[in-house]
Amino acid sequence: MSKKLVTMSVNGKKEEKAVEPRTLLIHFLREELNLTGAHIGCETSHCGACTVDIDGRSVKACTHLAVQCEGSEVLTVEGLANKGVLHAVQEGFYKEHGLQCGFCTPGMLMRAYRFLQENPNPSEDEIRHGMSGNLCRCTGYQNIVKAVQYAAKKLQEPVAA
Amino acid sequence: MIPPRFEYHAPKTVGEAVALLGQLGPDAKLLAGGHSLLPMMKLRFAQPEHLIDINRIPELRGIREEGNTVVIGAMTVENDLISSPILQAKVPLLCEAAKLIADPQVRNRGTIGGDIAHGDPGNDHPALSIAIEASFVLEGPKGRRTVAADGFFLGTYMTLLEENEVMCEIRVPAFAPGTGSAYEKLKRKTGDWATAGCAVVIRKSGDQVSHVRIALTNVAPTALRAEAAEAALLGKPFNAANVQAAAAAAIAICDPAEDLRGDVEYKTAMSGEMVKRALNKAWSQCG
Repeated sequence: MSKKLVTMSVNGKKEEKAVEPRTLLIHFLREELNLTGAHIGCETSHCGACTVDIDGRSVKACTHLAVQCEGSEVLTVEGLANKGVLHAVQEGFYKEHGLQCGFCTPGMLMRAYRFLQENPNPSEDEIRHGMSGNLCRCTGYQNIVKAVQYAAKKLQEPVAA
Repeated sequence: MIPPRFEYHAPKTVGEAVALLGQLGPDAKLLAGGHSLLPMMKLRFAQPEHLIDINRIPELRGIREEGNTVVIGAMTVENDLISSPILQAKVPLLCEAAKLIADPQVRNRGTIGGDIAHGDPGNDHPALSIAIEASFVLEGPKGRRTVAADGFFLGTYMTLLEENEVMCEIRVPAFAPGTGSAYEKLKRKTGDWATAGCAVVIRKSGDQVSHVRIALTNVAPTALRAEAAEAALLGKPFNAANVQAAAAAAIAICDPAEDLRGDVEYKTAMSGEMVKRALNKAWSQCG
């Protein structure tokens, strides 16, 4: 079976690699690019630990082939902070204690990042539905919701001049 | 879990995809959203030699109106059904029901055509398609043909779609003014398939039911149209006794498989409950 050349942007950096077509995006990110932020959880598209952003949409990288990302822009949790300054969703999870063991956190952050662009001023119920594709085995959902609320508020503050 | 090896093809047109299907034969499978096929490949339930990825065919995506018909590209993803102004105005049942399918990330990949063509009785679009009287446009080597949703589903993973055909469009008549609709889906958690589900489209004339379609999800080897349940209501007043009669008629055709969602008796009973809830909700919207 022949390898395919795939070119994509990952966290703003152009990446070009020859991959086996069966290579899942999550393995491509972790093993080819050494971006181990996105986690392998259930491997069956249930848990959301592998959530990344592809062309502005949240996707579970365990159920997506790397070759399907040809020409795409991929954002992983490694691309969230800007020059060492945490993104508002990262700050929210830190301030509101939105993690316990931390395994689900990269997926939670990437989903929260996209969700707050889809719905910048969500109700608690909308947050719970918007984040419903991400499971936390520590069941720390209360603080995860608070973290997303913190980030929503922070993202709506006027940017200091 | 890594899928078995395969050759990857990414045609740019439906014609190219059909040609590839013909050339590669039964060893090839179409890859739509991949959220059924890739998990099956990981588990070795499916081991195609070739995957024909139809995600890069622009003509298969999008929602448009042709006169009184809403035309949905088969590769339109669930989240794009939810956000479609055309569907919200003309076939709102699809927007409401799609919110009950999978989760936000999966709805960015899962497609309406894949959900239908897979032939899984647990999928939601088969019963919805029957209730909204959809038809499907299929393209094969001899051209296009159109088949009705009612009658398309032959058995678990078996449909009228031939191995050398691509599903291109889902065509839906726009709801007439005053149409009520509902999809009631009992599930254990986000992302689960239905323990039992029921889609209803209904219209009234005075206090009588002038049109009704009732279809059931995941209580038989295929989605079911509950014709006897429809007959229990059509041309009659909408009241508790007739709704109960419809639910009883729907229960009579249920043939669910026992699994972790429940035993046969429970699923059958829940199917009747979903029928009643969907009928009452849909009727309350009728104008």
